[in-house]
Amino acid sequence: MHALTLPETGHFDEMLLPSGGIRPHYRAFAHWLQAQSPSVLAQKREQANQLFHRVGITFALYGDDAGAERLIPFDTIPRVIPAAEWAKLEAGLAQRVRALNAFLEDIYHEHRIVKAGVVPGEQVFANAQYQPLMQGVNLPGAVWAQVTGVDLIRHADGGYYVLEDNLRVPSGVSYMLENRKMMMRLFPELFARHAIAPVDHYPTLLLSTLRRASARENPTVVVLTPGHHNSAYFEHAFLAQQMGVELVEGRDLFVRDDHVYMRTTAGHKQIDVIYRRIDDTFLDPLAFRPDSMLGVPGLMQAYRKGNVVLANAIGTGVADDKSIYPYVPEMIRYYLGETPILDNVETFQCRHPAELDHVLANLERLVVKEVHGAGGYGMLVGPAASRAELEDFRARLIAQPENYIAQPTLCLSSCPTFVEAGIAPRHIDLRPFVLTDGRETSMVAGGLTRVALRAGSLVVNSSQGGGTKDTWVLEE
Amino acid sequence: MLSRTADHLFWMARQMERAENLARLLDVSLAVSLLPASRGGADVSAPLVLTGTLDAYLARHGEPDASRVLAFMSFDAGNPSSILSCIRHARDNAHAVRGKITAEMWMSINATWLEAREFAQGGAGDQAFFDWVKERSHLFRGATHGTCQRTDAFSFIRLGTFIERADNTARLLEVKRHLLDDADAADYYAWSALLRAVGAFEAYHALYRDAPSGRRVAELLLLRPDMPRSLRACFDEIYKWLARLEGDNGRAAKRLAAELRAAQAYTSVDEVFDAGLHDYLTRMLGDITRLGALVHEAYLEAA
Repeated sequence: MHALTLPETGHFDEMLLPSGGIRPHYRAFAHWLQAQSPSVLAQKREQANQLFHRVGITFALYGDDAGAERLIPFDTIPRVIPAAEWAKLEAGLAQRVRALNAFLEDIYHEHRIVKAGVVPGEQVFANAQYQPLMQGVNLPGAVWAQVTGVDLIRHADGGYYVLEDNLRVPSGVSYMLENRKMMMRLFPELFARHAIAPVDHYPTLLLSTLRRASARENPTVVVLTPGHHNSAYFEHAFLAQQMGVELVEGRDLFVRDDHVYMRTTAGHKQIDVIYRRIDDTFLDPLAFRPDSMLGVPGLMQAYRKGNVVLANAIGTGVADDKSIYPYVPEMIRYYLGETPILDNVETFQCRHPAELDHVLANLERLVVKEVHGAGGYGMLVGPAASRAELEDFRARLIAQPENYIAQPTLCLSSCPTFVEAGIAPRHIDLRPFVLTDGRETSMVAGGLTRVALRAGSLVVNSSQGGGTKDTWVLEE
Repeated sequence: MLSRTADHLFWMARQMERAENLARLLDVSLAVSLLPASRGGADVSAPLVLTGTLDAYLARHGEPDASRVLAFMSFDAGNPSSILSCIRHARDNAHAVRGKITAEMWMSINATWLEAREFAQGGAGDQAFFDWVKERSHLFRGATHGTCQRTDAFSFIRLGTFIERADNTARLLEVKRHLLDDADAADYYAWSALLRAVGAFEAYHALYRDAPSGRRVAELLLLRPDMPRSLRACFDEIYKWLARLEGDNGRAAKRLAAELRAAQAYTSVDEVFDAGLHDYLTRMLGDITRLGALVHEAYLEAA
């Protein structure tokens, strides 16, 4: 019926054993799959497409025609994670987020980790993501990142590794929720056969995290969006609706006497917590970019006075910068006195001459990334690059080594995925979303699985042809 | 509710209502254009006059020609008053507040936009298209009625619908005024077309059991409270939805709405004709515009 094939050697496949057999946690699914006719499954995929279009679960591409919207391709073969694996991931993620928040509290106050020589001072204070305005600002509960998205990959050795942390405005959680809804709609029988951990309480968890971020009783929470041209607008609207809070744009808000208000049909209403989906530098034209039309003049002043909470805080970008990433395991040891549960991917910092030499000598085997890049832009995948691309990057590395890090070409695990000619292995990653109020860390089981739909591709970003899958964490 | 949200909801409803009204008008224009000129046919410029796009049309296409007018008013994306443009504006407004409307409302209006684009690929506006537009408008209204919570959001949606409808009914009568002015020179076909445009053909015959006359058509569409597209019914609704809005900042709008409603309720058709239909309609159109501006000032402006 459906031919399942192994990936090229050296990759871990989520469903298939190297022998070609089915891994235990995928057996029930594989059994079901083989009983489905290809034409019925094709119909279901078409149905999913139409529904996503109708619901308008689309994203806008930067640089594309104004208003052009695309669907993120959705694959109907789920990524399945056994309970024991998830338990370890969950502990590792919570640990990491605790350490990152402790790091932010420290570098905006006492700089203990720098003084102790664990993280070099210039990496922190000369970093463009470091916000001097935040030095000495006390935040409720000392929470800097209420919401963190951690990108994980599974390597050839079967272990999970952290590829990067996202502490600014991580997106994708709406796709996690909509993918689950779609799978339950298309294949209800699968959910009867498996004990799959639910995810749809995420908005409730998020709202209670945001409410606890304020010291005020019964705080007013809003979601701040750049507007409907933003690529993640669907998600902003979705989360606001699911939480039952207002979705505001900068022009809906104003600051008076260092308090923030929104304009409503019944007059002005004070705001206590802003779940902002706008980058730091656009938040307040008085404090940052004077040309920003998205922000709220005076917001920074109200924020520094403690009259409004921003989630996440301003200045968190320094902790997820690729130049700081190599130090996260050290942070865990330093702040928590614990052994890191999740490992980093081996990373070469081109700012160190010896490591730069190694990178230049092995360029065609490495992945080179811009330290401040995001979204899969500004990166070189050595093995897939042309001679000209390699030479271009070589020149860039020599000119500005401190702008780059390099990592071995990752063996992202693969998962069987529908492609034009049946089912084929495609590379995937995983982005769980971790919430914290400073005392407790919470998350829903799983996260967003992204899949690189082109054969052999390792780039899973939706802006570059990536798709998504539903992610199942099986309960014991 | 955010002022901006109210603004999007109001215009979402207005643009959808506008698309429906245009479809009604074009549907009738198409029918009338097939009549001989002696029976009121060949009056193909009415949709252009009514939407204020006659000059734009003349500049681009020259003499009005039935099929070209239909295409211009149905699918021309460069014409901000075309049905396609109205649907796009309605959908864009809904998109901007999609978290504030129900999933079913959003899916209905989004699907309308997606399918309208496909219709537009097909070329000329025809009866099948106009029927489809009316159906989609009914569907959206149904989804709104059946799923939308009765908060201020609903009030702003209804307000948008009825301000637009009042404006449209008044304009439609103004454009066809030459038929009404001469109160007894009834032309069966032209009257019938007008009544069909506002879905009042059956009601007219049930009420008057007689061939249409100008005075009766005017009475039906201006003064009868039980005709859902009459000016009177629109003013009743506008008054009702405005009165429900919280807050004091809408006093001026609420007062004008109450005045218009009372005036419409206690006017007879003879008074309308004695004063002159044109003057009457001109005053109504001015009042409706003023009401829209007051609503904007009080609730919708993000100032």
